[in-house]
This record gives sequence, C-alpha cells and structure tokens, in this order.
Amino acid sequence: MIEVQNLTKNYGNYQALKGISFSVKKGEILGFLGPNGAGKTTTMRILTGFFPATSGSATVAGFNVFEEPIEVKKRIGYLPENVPLYRDMAVSDYLRFAAGVKGIKKHDIGDRVKKVMEDCALSDVSCKLIGELSKGYRQRVGLAQALVNDPDVLILDEPTIGLDPKQIIEIRKLIKNLAGKRTVILSTHILPEVSMTCQRVVIINKGEVIAVDTPQNLTSRIQGGNKLLLKIDGDSNAVLKGLQTIRGIGKVEKREASIGSVSEYIIEIKEGEDPRKEIAPQIVKNNWGLLEMRSVEMSLEDIFIKLVTKE
Amino acid sequence: MRNFYLIFKKELKSYFTSPIAYVVITIFLVISGYFFYNIIATFATISYQATINPMAAKQYGLLNVTEIVVRPLFGNISMIMLLMMPLLTMRLFSEEKKTGTIELLLTYPITDMQVLLGKFFACLAVYLLMLVLTALYPILIMIYGQPEVGPIITGYIGLFLLGASFISLGIFASSITENQIIAATVAFGALIFFWMLSFSVGLADPAIGKIISYISITEHLEAFAKGVIDTEDIIYYGIFIILFLFLTLRALESNKWRG
Repeated sequence: MIEVQNLTKNYGNYQALKGISFSVKKGEILGFLGPNGAGKTTTMRILTGFFPATSGSATVAGFNVFEEPIEVKKRIGYLPENVPLYRDMAVSDYLRFAAGVKGIKKHDIGDRVKKVMEDCALSDVSCKLIGELSKGYRQRVGLAQALVNDPDVLILDEPTIGLDPKQIIEIRKLIKNLAGKRTVILSTHILPEVSMTCQRVVIINKGEVIAVDTPQNLTSRIQGGNKLLLKIDGDSNAVLKGLQTIRGIGKVEKREASIGSVSEYIIEIKEGEDPRKEIAPQIVKNNWGLLEMRSVEMSLEDIFIKLVTKE
Repeated sequence: MRNFYLIFKKELKSYFTSPIAYVVITIFLVISGYFFYNIIATFATISYQATINPMAAKQYGLLNVTEIVVRPLFGNISMIMLLMMPLLTMRLFSEEKKTGTIELLLTYPITDMQVLLGKFFACLAVYLLMLVLTALYPILIMIYGQPEVGPIITGYIGLFLLGASFISLGIFASSITENQIIAATVAFGALIFFWMLSFSVGLADPAIGKIISYISITEHLEAFAKGVIDTEDIIYYGIFIILFLFLTLRALESNKWRG
C-alpha cells in the first residue's frame, strides 16, 4: 500500500532524512517510533504531499506522491502533530468543508459527517466553534476530518499527545478498530502505544531507519538472555560473591544505593539455565533475607533506548 | 470549480464569524460618510454664496455636482480603501501559516490555484459589499440634485478594479510571511508607493514621466471618475491583478520547496 524508497530531505545544510526505506502492507498498522527530531514528521509530510523529498521515491496506493499528488491526497487522511484547525469554524461546518474538499458527493456529505461525528464522539459539540473546544475534543475533530472521506490510508502524527488517559484509551480503541480495512501509519514517542496498537514498528533515529520488526520480535531479539531482579537483606559484598557461585548465573550487578543492609541485584541468566531454585536455599544458608525475586522483562522502552544509543 | 466554491464559501463565512468584516466595513463607512458630509457641506456653502453674491459666483466658475461632489468622493473612497484593504487581506495566508492550518489545506486534494482564487474572490465579495453600501451617497445626491449618472457608474467600475488590484497585492504580501503585521505593512508600503509615484511625474523627464504616470495605480482611476472607460486603464488593472496573483502562486509553491 505504501512504498518508501531511499527518501532524503534536506533543510538547507541540515539533512533531516538520510535515505529512509520501508513498506506498509494493506490493512496494517505501522508504528513510527523515534525521539524528537528523528524525522517522523518530515517523512509523514512527504507522504502526504505537503512538501516534496530532496531525493528518493514514495508511492501510496500505487500513485507516486510527487507525480500524482492529487490522486494520493484523495486516498489519505492526515492528522498533523499539533492538530491545526480553523478556530473560527463550527465543528460540523468544518467537517462538511473537509468532506467537500476531499471530494465527497454533495448529497452524501451530511451522512458522512454524521457518521464520523458519531465514531469520534463529537455529536454533542457539533455546533460549537473549534476554538472553544478542549484539547481532547480538538484532537477528535482532527481525527474526524482525517476519516471523513473514508480513506484507504491514515497517517497520524502523534494522535494521542496531550490527551487524558481515558481519551487515550478511546482513541487507541478507535485506531485499532480501523485496522484491517485501512492502512495506518502512526508516529509516537510513547512506547506502550506501539506495543498496544501496532503490528509492526519502524524505529528511526537521526533520519535513518534503525530497526523494522514486530514489537514482540524486537523485544526477544534484543533481550538476549533473561534477567532476574533480587532484593536481599545482607552484606552486599558477601551477597555478590555468594550469588556468583550458583550455576547458570552470569553477571551480577548491584543496583542503586542500598537502604540499610537491603540492596537490589540484577542477575543475568545464562541461556538454557534456570537457577531460580538454587537461589533461595543459597540465601537461606547464608542467613540473608530474601525480600523479592522477579524476572525482568525488557520493555520496548529499554529496547528503544538501547537501539537509539547504540553508537 | 467545486473546490473553488468551497474555499470561497469558507473564507467568506470566516470574514463574518470573526468580526473582521464588520469592523472594517463599519469604519470604512464612517470615514467615507464623514468625507461625503464635508464635500456636500462645502458644496452647499459655495452654492449659497454664489446665489447671494454674483462676484463670488464668477470666482467659483461653473458649479457642477458631478465635478465638485462626485469626483472628489471617488478619490476619497479610493484613499480610505488603500488604508482598509490590507487589513482585509493580511490574514488570508499568514494566519493559515501561523496556525499551521495550511498544512492540512495543502494535503487535501485541492490545487494551489483553487485555494488562491477562492480566497481572492471571497475578499473581493466583502469589498463589493463595501462598495454597494457606499451607493447611499450617490443616491442621496440624486435625490437632491441632478448629477450625471454615467460618471457615477464608471467611477464604481474604476473603484472595483482598483480594489481588486489592492486585494491581489495584499494577498501576495500575505503569502510571503506568517506574520499578519508584516503582511499588512508590506501591502501598505507597496500600495502607497504605487500611489505616490504620480507625485514625481512633474519632476521627471517628460518621457519618463509618462511611464511613471502609467505605472502609478491612481492615475488610472481619474479617467473612470470622469466617465471615461479606456481599455488602457482596464488592461493596466487586469495586468496588475494577474501579476500579483501569479506571484502568490509562485510564493505558495516556493514554501513547499523550501520546507
């Protein structure tokens, strides 16, 4: 559905994109992940035809973005990052305008607008001016205008930013419901969002793609071995030494400062071993107190930081 | 065509939901009304003096409503317009750039030309409304005197073309900046420049003076106010309008490339 090849973009001397390539299949939700200034918004603006790339090619639904921008624009819904809307227009007027400009037939406009207002829970503010709405409602108006022409492709730049937790859950649910029928690209720097909504993740940093995979694969790929977290009451030097003698344990690391004699330790477990059974007796034997033992799963957050700070 | 109409409707509506149109039209009418009152009052005084004092009558020459009331009125209206039009045009693109709405607008399936013409004609429609409301003045003159109708009609045609030129230049100024004050200042500056060119006609070499007077924007209104429709003047305004609309299109395009 979307093919991006070797896209570069220069702002003066600054190279914002250094040759980005990726593709999105029909019906897929792709997460676009990266720190601020990584080039997420630039890529999205190029895909939506707001400005052209310096070099490289991009096709959306079979149309080249640079050669047939109008055909591409007819098939996408775009929600820019800060949701720029006409503050002096009423919600329903604005959506009718957007529907008209996007080529919805005149007698269908009313139905379409009513439908998206219901989908985005805007019906009770339809007569209000957009400038009077709260951030959450404005975000939903932004989403509604993107959806109003029932587009094949949705491009959402940080769709949940600035919303309260309840609204975030609603918007995520809405986006998830769109999957299957539509192709969605959404950018974010909120990591749980990606693992919750997206089927595939593209991680970009400093204008380059550094990883493309499913959230699950990324986790297991980078994690390597398992880790355990232990909270033990006992002399830390003795504990470090004692733990290292157990079979199957790799590196042992003391975490943070201890409170009294209680310290936290991170233990790396060697591949294919399970030393958990032997840890408890060892601790009891030495007369230390075991306060906590749990396995540490690497979150997308850790992966992200690991990838981004790799070099 | 449909996209043009949608933009036109949206812009026109926004002139009236934000109070810009009401404020500009009201102030325009108050000031032009004040000028009209002054012109009429002066004309009445002169006429009165002429009837009681034959010497004065000789001094004033022919007392003609068209010459003394209608022509100066058009001149005055065009001057107030010069001060008002940049206020109508300054927001057209600057505001969209500042608030970022241009990003959404330009990612809709719509051409720059449709956006531009929609905005241009919406502003022109507000201007037309202003002109229609000033029709009260000639109507009052017609009730109490017998002015020639021809020069009034041609005068309005001239004002219409002049206003369209002002709008065209104002939109261009608005398209090159995201700051409305800069847009208005550039438009004021450029319009006053085109206006004042005529001042230096007398100082320049006759050949150059002729060129300068042809470039000056207000020189072309004179003929219309006299009741003459000259193709030269129509072509001048036509070229002026198209030139600045064309430059606006270029400016919109260059924004995209500059990123």
